[in-house]
Amino acid sequence: MMIRKSTLAALGASFILGLAVTVPAHAEAVRDTAKWDREYKASVDRGDGLFHGGIKSTNEVACVQCHPEGSNTHAETYPKYQKQLGKVSQLWEMVNWCVENPLESKAIAADSADMVDLVAYMSNIRKGMKLAPGKY
Amino acid sequence: MMNISRRNFLKGAAAAGVGSIIPMSMVTVEAEAGASFTFAWVTDQHLQLISGPGAKFVKSWDDGFKLAISEVMNMRPQPDFCFFGGDLAQAGLRSELDHGMDMWSKTGLKVKAIHGEHDYFLDMGKSSRAAYGMPADNYTFVHKGVQFIMLTTIRAAEDWEARHAKDVQNRMNQMMRIDNYVDGSAFRLGREGLAWLKKTVAGLDKNKHTIVCSHSPIQKIYNGWNFWTEDAEEIQAILKDLKRVTVLYNHVHQPMASQKGNISFLSNFSTAWPWPHVSTVADATMCGDGAYKGCAKGADYYPNLILPYHRADVANFRDATGWSIVNTNTGGKFDVSVNQWGDNPKRHVTWDGKLKEVGAGPATKAQTMY
Repeated sequence: MMIRKSTLAALGASFILGLAVTVPAHAEAVRDTAKWDREYKASVDRGDGLFHGGIKSTNEVACVQCHPEGSNTHAETYPKYQKQLGKVSQLWEMVNWCVENPLESKAIAADSADMVDLVAYMSNIRKGMKLAPGKY
Repeated sequence: MMNISRRNFLKGAAAAGVGSIIPMSMVTVEAEAGASFTFAWVTDQHLQLISGPGAKFVKSWDDGFKLAISEVMNMRPQPDFCFFGGDLAQAGLRSELDHGMDMWSKTGLKVKAIHGEHDYFLDMGKSSRAAYGMPADNYTFVHKGVQFIMLTTIRAAEDWEARHAKDVQNRMNQMMRIDNYVDGSAFRLGREGLAWLKKTVAGLDKNKHTIVCSHSPIQKIYNGWNFWTEDAEEIQAILKDLKRVTVLYNHVHQPMASQKGNISFLSNFSTAWPWPHVSTVADATMCGDGAYKGCAKGADYYPNLILPYHRADVANFRDATGWSIVNTNTGGKFDVSVNQWGDNPKRHVTWDGKLKEVGAGPATKAQTMY
C-alpha cells in the first residue's frame, strides 16, 4: 500500500509539475496583454488630460474648446493633404498646427510622450471607424 | 418689400470694412412696414482672459466679436437692440464681461441678454447680471408688440449645485467643459424657473407673437455636449398655450432649426469658434458602443429642418462662425438671416406658421455629417 501510495503521489506530483510548467506561461501571456491594455488606456487618459487643458498653451486655449469629445479630429483620415500645411501630413503635424496657431504655443516634438498620448486619445475616439487616408 | 429690406441688411453686413452706405430708401421701407422691427443676434463670444500681468485676452475670440461689432455698426437702418445669447465670457470673470461690454459700447446699441453657463457658474450669475444689466435671471419685456421671455436655462441639477457650492472655481471649471463626462450636469430651467415661467405665460396675450430666448436648446438633442435641457418637455408644455412662439437658442455654435407644433426653434453661430454637427461623434463609436457615459441622444436628436453647413476650414479662423439678423415682421412672417463668415453660404430661415429655409443651397451630406 505504501508503494502504491508513493506511486500515486509521484504521479500526482508529475501532474502538478506538468501544470506548473504550462500555467505560468499562460499567466505570463495574460499579464502581458493586461499590461499592454493598461499602458494604452493610461496613454489615452493622459491624452484626454492634455486635450482638456493639459497643454500649457500661452493663451490658455484648450483643444477641447473647438473639438468637444475629440470631434473633428478624424484620426482615421491621416495621412492626408492639409491645406494650411501645404503637403500630405500626419495627424501629429496637424496637432502642431493647432498648437502653434489657435493655442499660440510652441510645437510639441513628434516623438515626445505628450504627442503620443494626444494621438492615442484622438485615435481612441475614432476606434472602429473605417480607415480612410486622404479623406477630407 | 421686407425681403428687399433683408437683403440690404445683408449687404450692409457684407460691406463692413469698405464703408458702403445702404440706400436711405431702405429706411423708408422699414418705416412703411410699421410694426416690424429688426434686432441683431450675437452670441457665444467666449472672450477669454489670459492670466498673468496686464489684461490680455485671446486674440482670435476678440477678433470674431470685433467683426460682428463692425458689421452691426454698418447696418442701415440700425437694429432696435441686440440680443446676446450668453457666453460673452469664457470663465465667468467680471473682467471678461466688462471687456465685452466695453467693446460693444461703441455700437451705442442696447443689449438684451441671457446667461450662458460660461457667464454664470463662477458666482451664480452675479457678474453677468450686473454687466448685462439683467433685472433678474428670468425676465420678460415687450418691444413693439412682440413679447420676449428671457430664460436662464443653464442651471445645473439642484444636488450638483449644492455639492459644488463652496469650491466655486471647480464649479466653473466643470461647467466650462463642454464634454464633461467627469463631473458635469445637464442644463435645466429648474423648479423656480418653471414656476416663474408658468406664472408669466399665464399673464401674456396668448395671440401675440412671443419670442423665447434661451442659451440651451429647449429640446433634447444630445446630452454629451449639453445640447439638451433636462426639463424641456415641461417648458414646451407651458409654451403650448401661446399661439405663436419662436425659441432662439444658443450654445450650439451652429444653425439648427426645427418646428414642433406652435413652437419654432432656431439657433445661431458663435462669433468665436465653430462646432461640428453632433452626429459626427454621436453616430460614431463613442455613442455606439456605450463607451462614453455622457452619451444620450434625445427625441430631438435630428432637428426636423437641418441647416447643413460645410465643415469649417481650420485654415480660416473665422470660417463657420458669425451672427444673425432677426426681422420680427409682425405682419405674419418672422425671419432670421444667418450671417455666416467664411466660405459657407448665408442662410435665411422664415416662419409664418411653418418653418422653412429659403435662398441658400445646402451643403452635401458628407460635408455636413463628417
